[in-house]
Amino acid sequence: MAQKRKVRIMVAKPGLDGHDRGARIIARAYRDAGFEVIYTGLHQTPEEIVEAAIQEDVDMIGLSSLAGAHKYLFPRVLEILREKGAEDIVVCGGGIFPEEDIAALKKAGIKEIFTPGSSLDEIVKWVEDNIKPR
Amino acid sequence: MSLIFNRKIFEDIEKEHGAWQEKLDRVFEANPERLKRFSTVSDREIKRIYTPEDIRDQDFSDDIGFPGEYPFTRGAQPSMYRGRLWTMRMFAGLGSAYDTNRRFHLLVNQGQTGLSTAFDMPTLMGYDSDSPKARGECGRCGVAIDTLKDMEDLFEGLPIDRITTSMTINPPAAVIWAMYIVMAEKRGIKRDIIGGTIQNDMLKEFIAQKTFMCPPDSSVRIITDTVEYGTLEVPRWNTISISGYHIREAGSTAVQELAFTLADGIAYTQHAIERGLDVDAFAPRFSFFFNSHLDFFEEIAKFRAARRMWARIMKERFRAKDPRSWWLRFHTQTAGCSLTAQQPYNNVVRTALQALAAVLGGTQSLHTNSLDEVLALPTEEAATIALRTQQIIAEESGVTNTIDPLGGSYCVEALTNQLEEEAFEIIRKIDDMGGMLAAIEKNYPQQEIADSAYHYQRLVDEKQKTVVGLNKYVTDEKLKVDILEIDEELERLQIEKTGRIRNERDNSMVEQCLEKVAEACSGSRNVMGPLIEAVRAYATLQEICDVFRNVFGEYRDPGIY
Repeated sequence: MAQKRKVRIMVAKPGLDGHDRGARIIARAYRDAGFEVIYTGLHQTPEEIVEAAIQEDVDMIGLSSLAGAHKYLFPRVLEILREKGAEDIVVCGGGIFPEEDIAALKKAGIKEIFTPGSSLDEIVKWVEDNIKPR
Repeated sequence: MSLIFNRKIFEDIEKEHGAWQEKLDRVFEANPERLKRFSTVSDREIKRIYTPEDIRDQDFSDDIGFPGEYPFTRGAQPSMYRGRLWTMRMFAGLGSAYDTNRRFHLLVNQGQTGLSTAFDMPTLMGYDSDSPKARGECGRCGVAIDTLKDMEDLFEGLPIDRITTSMTINPPAAVIWAMYIVMAEKRGIKRDIIGGTIQNDMLKEFIAQKTFMCPPDSSVRIITDTVEYGTLEVPRWNTISISGYHIREAGSTAVQELAFTLADGIAYTQHAIERGLDVDAFAPRFSFFFNSHLDFFEEIAKFRAARRMWARIMKERFRAKDPRSWWLRFHTQTAGCSLTAQQPYNNVVRTALQALAAVLGGTQSLHTNSLDEVLALPTEEAATIALRTQQIIAEESGVTNTIDPLGGSYCVEALTNQLEEEAFEIIRKIDDMGGMLAAIEKNYPQQEIADSAYHYQRLVDEKQKTVVGLNKYVTDEKLKVDILEIDEELERLQIEKTGRIRNERDNSMVEQCLEKVAEACSGSRNVMGPLIEAVRAYATLQEICDVFRNVFGEYRDPGIY
């Protein structure tokens, strides 16, 4: 019997924000938890992120933003995923977001949002509970 | 030689120390110590007690001495805060140039003594507000500057002939500085009068802060142009603010912050010397920028060690002769990464402790973070409390009455020595790799910082490190602080403004100016002269930065984690 494929996650930094401490820690925590991780590096456009996600055949994209541009960039990633027929890729977000933005992002289709103070275990567990390899 | 301790005393001290230790062991046998291991926020182990034994070889004149005297352990200037308090410099930038100008006026009216400018992400990366890459980012985490007009509006009515201005800008630092020089000139203030700082430290960008444009070697070439130009033309300007702040925020330890920052300083010095400049002509205008993190004594020791190390590096390694080349002057910002979104009012207390450490460490200027900066740009009320924190330390606490009050503390002196020794070890490693540029290419500092950041996060998750309100003393209360909103309308207005300028300016003049910039970049002529002419003709930030990108190429993040 073929071995079950591992969950594949892309950790991505959309926009011009350079704060990557969180994204890199999360990427490492996912890797240590046994997931396959692709980290895009900084300064990716939504188009680049979606293209890479499709090419890498990931199950989930984790978007990180700490500079206030999430309101445009996160929904834009979802929009392009839909345009490319890849809306089955789950999108989560992490970073700094005012309360009311979190509700709006979830409504737009971001599956879960993690904010400062979320533990690595909690973030890893969420993937284990919610993401199945496609 | 002036050894602090007579060697004869150690026999007695060791005996007494041994006896005390035995007594203590019995106490802890009955009731063990609170923790298995006591350590700093950088996970440095701290001893139960420090005694003269920990600084037995300390020489007063060689290692500690007097403030304003080599090796400057106790302070950069002889008078320190007895003469003049540090500059209270709150970092501010939000929305449009008009919005930020208003905040600047407010801060100056509240008693702030220097200006410090935060730019938005597109400006920091060398894009105009109407670039597709700037969508959703205009004015969000600082002020948007596209042209000289924005710079004029930003400083409208502010006394820039009397107060100094710091600008946190890196890849396009030379362009922004050119805009500032021309803006001042148009107000009749000559370039030899204006004072201030551009951050202009690209090495730490590759290492930690990650706003970059061109590859490392070209970036350092432009920086060296600014150093040369400043030395000859703008004598009161600090041309590089060699920064550890972002290295620490990215997750480094205290000693990594110290070592990588000074190694960056060594690289800039080396390049300027290779350009043919005399070290004593430019080194006095280098300034530094450190983080003040949570661990009180380790931070104070770090500041003291930084001064002593830089003095030794400049005197012994670069043979600088002017004492002003030896001194390390620094700005400090309290640690943004130490603040919590949970129970945000606790951040006022954290910031106060960190500010106190910076003052006891002898900082020349200080930014104190606002309680809400973990959530958004600070509101006016929060920024005022942060400024008041500095004023209370300065004028109520009494810590400014004497210089370097912790000098001579067994603990602080021992930590100062320890940090210096370990940081020099790291610098040696970087030297062996061929210097900081080579180390960055090997991803050495980036990887070290990533490792430290991950290690710390694990300690927090495992509750080995306490973060009040986050992993201990947790409550369910929802945060109740007001948050600053940036008007969505701003982006449209800013795009319109820049569009208007493009229509009104002399476009053939702009073309000519940009060609001159390209020529200077491709050749070896200093780029500052052509930049000044280009911004004067209202070339936009991105038009100029595109020339940089075309000539030098673009740097892409290697994505290390």
